[in-house]
Amino acid sequence: MAQLHAKQAKQDALAARLAGLDLPKGGWSAQARGAALARLSDMGLPGKRDEYWRYTDPAALNAVAPQPSDALRAETPIFTGKDKVRIVFVDGVFDAAASDPLDLAQVEITLLSQADAQDVHWAKPLYGTLEAVGQTPVPRPFAALNTAAAQEGLLIRVTGKAPRPLHISYRQTSNTSDVMLHHCVKVEDGAALTLLETGIAGARSNVVMEVQIAANGTLHHIRPQGRAHGKHLLTHIFARLAQNALFKSFTLSMNGRLTRNEAVIEFTGHDATAHIAGSAVGDGNFHHDDTVFVTHDAERCESRQVFKKVLKNGAVGVFQGKILVKQGAQKTDGYQISQALMLDDDSQFLAKPELEIYADDVICSHGSTSGAIDENALFYLQSRGVPKRAAQSLLVLAFLAEAIAEIDDEALAEDVRARMEDWLARHEGK
Amino acid sequence: MTQLDIEVRDGVDRETVETVNAMAGKYKYGWETEIEMDFAPKGVNEDIVRLISGKNGEPEWMLEWRLAAFARWKEMEEPDWAMVSYPKIDYQDIYYYASPKSMEGKPKSLDEVDPKLLATYEKLGIPLREQMILAGIEGAEGAPADGRKVAVDAVFDSVSLGTTFQAELLRAGVIFCSISEALREHPELVRKYIGSVVPQTDNYFATLNSAVFSDGSFVYIPPGTRCPMELSTYFRINAENTGQFERTLIICDKGAYVSYLEGCTAPKRDTNQLHAAVVEIVIMEDAEVKYSTVQNWYPGDENGVGGIYNFVTKRADCRGDRAKVMWTQVETGSAITWKYPSCILRGDDSQGEFYSIAIANNAQQADTGTKMIHLGKRTKSRIVSKGISAGRAQNTYRGLVTMHPKALDSRNYTQCDSLLIGSNCGAHTVPYIEVKNNSSRVEHEATTSKVDDDQLFYCRSRGMDEEEAVALVVNGFCKEVLQSLPMEFAMEAQALVAISLEGSVG
Repeated sequence: MAQLHAKQAKQDALAARLAGLDLPKGGWSAQARGAALARLSDMGLPGKRDEYWRYTDPAALNAVAPQPSDALRAETPIFTGKDKVRIVFVDGVFDAAASDPLDLAQVEITLLSQADAQDVHWAKPLYGTLEAVGQTPVPRPFAALNTAAAQEGLLIRVTGKAPRPLHISYRQTSNTSDVMLHHCVKVEDGAALTLLETGIAGARSNVVMEVQIAANGTLHHIRPQGRAHGKHLLTHIFARLAQNALFKSFTLSMNGRLTRNEAVIEFTGHDATAHIAGSAVGDGNFHHDDTVFVTHDAERCESRQVFKKVLKNGAVGVFQGKILVKQGAQKTDGYQISQALMLDDDSQFLAKPELEIYADDVICSHGSTSGAIDENALFYLQSRGVPKRAAQSLLVLAFLAEAIAEIDDEALAEDVRARMEDWLARHEGK
Repeated sequence: MTQLDIEVRDGVDRETVETVNAMAGKYKYGWETEIEMDFAPKGVNEDIVRLISGKNGEPEWMLEWRLAAFARWKEMEEPDWAMVSYPKIDYQDIYYYASPKSMEGKPKSLDEVDPKLLATYEKLGIPLREQMILAGIEGAEGAPADGRKVAVDAVFDSVSLGTTFQAELLRAGVIFCSISEALREHPELVRKYIGSVVPQTDNYFATLNSAVFSDGSFVYIPPGTRCPMELSTYFRINAENTGQFERTLIICDKGAYVSYLEGCTAPKRDTNQLHAAVVEIVIMEDAEVKYSTVQNWYPGDENGVGGIYNFVTKRADCRGDRAKVMWTQVETGSAITWKYPSCILRGDDSQGEFYSIAIANNAQQADTGTKMIHLGKRTKSRIVSKGISAGRAQNTYRGLVTMHPKALDSRNYTQCDSLLIGSNCGAHTVPYIEVKNNSSRVEHEATTSKVDDDQLFYCRSRGMDEEEAVALVVNGFCKEVLQSLPMEFAMEAQALVAISLEGSVG
């Protein structure tokens, strides 16, 4: 009975949500959109009692209209020193005037809305495919909703080593914008790209990125998500890695009423490597959720999950991570660490780090810790003449360092570190 | 089957494999006692609940309590979140009450009990005569007869046959008897505490147990008393198509101490049998309870035919300050294990410990772990879980550690190690960690290679290479868990877990 009720409530929530949306017909994407809608109607929208939403209330994401965010503040640009091709979306709409020409050697860049009108497109077999695969064993209704309803996105095909990073820059000008973007990234054999994703797409955003990396391909992904307090943000990355592929993704989250970053990684070729890392810092009305699912279905692959959260004034940090090693995925090296530093007594850290292993010759480990700043370390620094606040900041930065170290490019890592220091300075002693 | 045909990777000790093999081939306790039984009709309904309550001569409030549980159970759905799969259980195709005919007359003492029944326990290595001092479990060689006494409550299918050393225990003020007897002799104590740790509506299996439990053990240790001997309950399922639903209630009053052992076996059969038990432990100020289990229910054969479905709810409530509970379990039997002995650390400075070795072989499925609920200040908990899977078995550690906002300055340390032998089995870890204050420290690690760095460093500094050093530390640690078991059980457990963990390194 209870289960029937819950199912009905999910279907009702979905019906209401769909009624409020203007679903695009799509050109070649129509088929994928239709299939996503069918998947979705089976799942319904998530409910509070779903195991996968145990620690994060999906209500604000389920709601027909987004909660208006606070008064908007301009985000300080980041990665300004880097020579890159910038593509700007304002409240989810491509802004040609603010963007650089979509012209980067070895990279084909098209807008979803434009490409969809064409008859044939390389992205057709990719759009919605990895998302569909990522629905088992755990349903991710918002990703299916995104596939069905996204109006815009970027289709990025990397055919060689890109000379400069590609930068997707989000800007928010309306405090009620409800944005859905769906990007597809295909990295061909031996190709390489650094992809930067910055800012806040809208008051409420649902961003899906499907990433397919062919043999020997490389994708570096660095994503500082913007500082605004009022945002509701949900992202999914679905990545599939072929032999020897490398995928490194780092996310920096600061503030935000609700942020959930899901990463679904699948190894289908041997000897591939994926590192998913994140630093989240929150003060006050902050709820941050990192949900990661790594599937090892090939031999000798390496996966790392490194997540660090700094919480104060009632902030909530969530980590749900899973490493699934399928039968035959021998010599897997899986590592997962989730740590929280709680700066006061009101904050919460909720974690569910899981291992599911069906192969015997593997090294898989996970660790999870939480606690306050080490008083001894603090005392030591003070005894060396470092003022308490500065000492605290130093220790917090040291705590976050392991995650930031996952950024290979030193200049970019330095920018991220500076952004953290800036946040700490603003929120010190409050 | 005598030999498991499995491929073993380098580093897994041959001896480990042989021990697992030996265990797979032989289930020592698979024989059956032929005895005339008295069955209640198959299935569960209000009449059966009344019948069980009537057989035990229970007070009216107990019957009402059972009926309330039964009414609730009918509304509940069987949980499906555990990583175990089994065909749907037909709850109406089970006998809920089976008692040897000879127990009808309620023998006054063990001397009057049918010799066949006593022989059963003798064969199991459980002495039910007080002049017999436990000299170690059958098969364990060189067990020193150190003259330690162990009081035993022997539960056979649905009834308790009797309890030894009752008079001697009573002189110390300790009450140790079957729960049916307690309901007759000490109803006020039972009424005060039953359901106060595991409420009658706690979960599907506990609620079913609340409705139909037929017997079990009852222990009360008065304030300031150190129980003069170890107490134990030995559960034996004998009759076919019978479920065993026992309920154990232990109350350890202020400053008291008791060590309690539980053992269980069942005959080999082709059909699955259900065992749904509840254990409730109440621990007052400064009191301490050690609860040790060697669970050796029939695991089914190598093809997964037969075996016990073991769905058990165990929980200890540290009500007073500085109360302490220690769960030690060696889980080797059962086709399905679904068991999470938990600690509610309510009193300030209270402590909970959970040590577990779970071995799953052939088609066994184990989903086991613990819950540590930190409510009081400066509470401490420690979880050490070793899971070993072989054959096609699935072994899951599932645990919850929660630090409530008021559980200031509390501490948890969790370590889960898994060892896989062969490439057709699985090992899984599903921990939940919920921290709601910052002065508490929670550490969780599930790794096959991490051992204490200081110990390693010490061993290395004495000239051992890392492999040797790690093996020594891991082995030493495992022994420590085994040694935390009382001697009588350590014998049995050591035979069962003479499995080196060397292969888990690196």
